[in-house]
Amino acid sequence: MKKVNFHNLSSNLSLLLLAFVLVFSTSILAQENGDVKAGEALYKSNCAACHKLDKKGVGPALRNVAEKYERDWLYKWIKNSQGLIKSGDSKAVALFAEYNNSVMTSFPGLSNNDIDNILAYTSLPKPEPKIAVAPVTAKNNDDGNLQNIILAVLVLILLLLVIMFYLVAKSLAKLYKVNGIEEKIEPKIPLWKIFVKNQFLMLVSAIMFLLVAAYFMYGFFMQIGIDQGYAPVQPIHYSHKIHAGANEIDCNYCHSSARKSKHSGIPSLNVCMNCHKHISEYNGEEDLANGYTKDFYDKEIAKLYDAVGWDDAEQRYTGEEKPVKWVRIHNLPDFVYFNHSQHVKVAGVECQTCHGPVEEMEIMYQHSSLTMGWCIDCHRETNVDLENNGYYEKIHEELSKKYNVEKLTAAELGGLECGKCHY
Amino acid sequence: MITNMKRPVNILITLIITIVMVSCWTDNKKPNFQYMPNMYEPVGYKTYGEYKGFPRQMEAMLPVSGSIPRGWIPYGYKNTPEGKALATKELKIPIEVNEENLSKGKELFNIYCAICHGKKGDGQGTLVKREKFLGIPSLADKGRNITEGDIYHVMMYGLNSMGSYASQTNEKERWQITMHALDLKSKLNGEPLWSSTQNDPTEKETTSEKAN
Ligand code: HEC
Repeated sequence: MKKVNFHNLSSNLSLLLLAFVLVFSTSILAQENGDVKAGEALYKSNCAACHKLDKKGVGPALRNVAEKYERDWLYKWIKNSQGLIKSGDSKAVALFAEYNNSVMTSFPGLSNNDIDNILAYTSLPKPEPKIAVAPVTAKNNDDGNLQNIILAVLVLILLLLVIMFYLVAKSLAKLYKVNGIEEKIEPKIPLWKIFVKNQFLMLVSAIMFLLVAAYFMYGFFMQIGIDQGYAPVQPIHYSHKIHAGANEIDCNYCHSSARKSKHSGIPSLNVCMNCHKHISEYNGEEDLANGYTKDFYDKEIAKLYDAVGWDDAEQRYTGEEKPVKWVRIHNLPDFVYFNHSQHVKVAGVECQTCHGPVEEMEIMYQHSSLTMGWCIDCHRETNVDLENNGYYEKIHEELSKKYNVEKLTAAELGGLECGKCHY
Repeated sequence: MITNMKRPVNILITLIITIVMVSCWTDNKKPNFQYMPNMYEPVGYKTYGEYKGFPRQMEAMLPVSGSIPRGWIPYGYKNTPEGKALATKELKIPIEVNEENLSKGKELFNIYCAICHGKKGDGQGTLVKREKFLGIPSLADKGRNITEGDIYHVMMYGLNSMGSYASQTNEKERWQITMHALDLKSKLNGEPLWSSTQNDPTEKETTSEKAN
C-alpha cells in the first residue's frame, strides 16, 4: 500500500512540475506587450475575414503592422476607422482610398489591451514552410513488400511441388523398371480429335457455347446507351468530397436551381467566388498516393481565378473571363422529361438517392443507370407524402379506396403513365 | 502444317479483339455508345449545350440587357457605404411574418448562410470550425447594427469577404431568410423571439385573405 501511495505522490509531483514548466514557458512566449494566444483568438474571430497575415485580402496584409503605424493611431483606427477618416487624418484617408473605399468594421468592443494582444500575434515571425515528407509512399511500399513476400512464398511452394512430382515420377519409373513392366507406347491421337468424334460431347458443348454467347450478347446490348459509372475528366478538378463531404456544404448552396427549375444547374463561377475570393489555397488533407497534394489543389483554385478573371494578388476582377467547359455527366435522352424541382422540392427526395454518395466522390461519376426501369422501380416503391395537401384531399381519398391501400405510391398517383414523362 | 500455322494467328486475332472491346467498355472517361443517337440528341438547343452561332459557342447566356424577371421590383439602394446605411435605417420587410415564411427562411438560411454563420447565427459554421473561413461575425455582434434592411442589403450585394446571394435566391426568399436571421439574433441576445414581437399574426392573416 505504501508503495502505491508513494508512486501516486511522485506522479503528482511530476504533473505539478509539468504544469509549472508549461505556465512558465507560455509566459516566456508571451511578448512584452501582449498575449499571443489571446491575440490569435481575437484575430481569428474579428479580423481574419478580411485580413490575411502575409497576403493582401479585402484589407492589407497584417504581419508586422505594429511597426508601420503608431500604437495610438492603430487603437483609433481599429476602434473606429470611419471616425478617423472623417477627422481628416491624412494616413487614414490615404489608406481608405487605397483599398477602394471599403469600410472596415468598427470594433468599439475591443480594449487597448485586446488590440495589444492582436498586434502581438501579428508580430510573430512568419513560420518556415513545412517540408512535405512522404509517409504515404512509404506505407505504399510496405503494402507492396507484403504482396511481394506472399508472392515469393507462393512461388516457392509451387517450385517445391514441381520438384516433388518430379521425384515421385522418377522413383515410380525406377519401380516399373525393377518390376519389369514396360511402358506401352500407343499411337498418339490428339485430344480434340477424340472430342470431335464424341457426338454427345459436341452437342452439349455447342449448346453451352451458344448459351454463354447469348448471355454476353444480351449483357452487351442491354448496356448500350447506359452511362453508369461515367466519370469524365473535368476542366477544373472539383472535388465533391472536399466541398460536400469534409466541409458539409449543402448541395443546394451551389446547385441552387435544383429547388426551382428543371435543371439542377451548373453553378456559375460567382458562386464559387463567394468562398474562394477568401480561400485561395488548400489546407486540408493530402492524398499523396493519387497525387492530390496541396500544390495540386492550389493550381485548381488558380484555374478558377483564371476563368473568372480574379487577380488574387491585387484582389480585384480584371474583367477577362474564360468560360469553363464542364463536361456534362448525366444526360437523359431527348424523349424523356425529367424535372429536378418536382423531385427535390415537391417529393423531398434526397440528392443522394439518385446521385449516390456524392460527398465521397473525389471525381464525380454517374451513380445510377438512369434507365426507365430504374425510374419505375422508384415510383413503384415510394410513398407520396399526402399530408397538408388540402386541394387534392378528395382525389387522394378516392384513389386510396380504389387501390385499397393506406399510403399511395408515386405509381398509383399516375407515375407510370407514359405521357407523364414522354411527350 | 497449314493448320498449325493458322492456329496461333487466330488466337492472336481473337485476343486483340477481346482486349480492344474490353478496353472500350471499361473506359469510364468516355460516354457509352447509343442505339439511335438521333433519338437521344435533341433537335433544339440543349441546356448548357455547345453550338455554333452563339458567342463562345455557349448556349448558356445572360438575358438580354434590360430584361427583368416577372415580378421583379427594382432595388433602390446603392452598393456603397451610404446605400448600406440608408437601407439599414429605412428598409423594412414587405411580406408578412408568418409560420410558412419563417420555416422557409430557416430552411434557406441553413442552406446558404449556416455554412459560415452557423445554424444558430453565432458565427460558428462548419467552415469556421474547420478554419477555412475565419472572422465571421455573430448576428448579435455588438459592434454592428444588424437590422432587417441591413441583412437584406448584405445578401443583395455582399459585404467585403461575404459574397452576394442575389443569384441564388429571389426577393421573397431573401426576405424569408431575413426573418429567420432576426429570430436567431434575438435568440442569441436572449430576448423574446423577434417574430413573436411582430404584429398579431391573426390580424395579418385577415389582410392576406382580403388580398387573395
Ligand atoms: C462564405 C461565408 C459567408 C456566408 C455563406 C454568408 N456570410 Fe454573411 N458574412 C460573412 C462575412 C465574412 C461577414 C463580415 C463582412 C464584413 O463585415 O466585412 C459577413 C457579414 C454578414 C452580416 C453583417 C453585415 C453588417 O452590416 O455588418 C450579415 C447580416 C450577414 N453576413 C448575413 C448573411 C446571410 C443572411 C447569409 C445567407 C444568405 C450569409 N450572411 C452568408 C460571410 C458569410
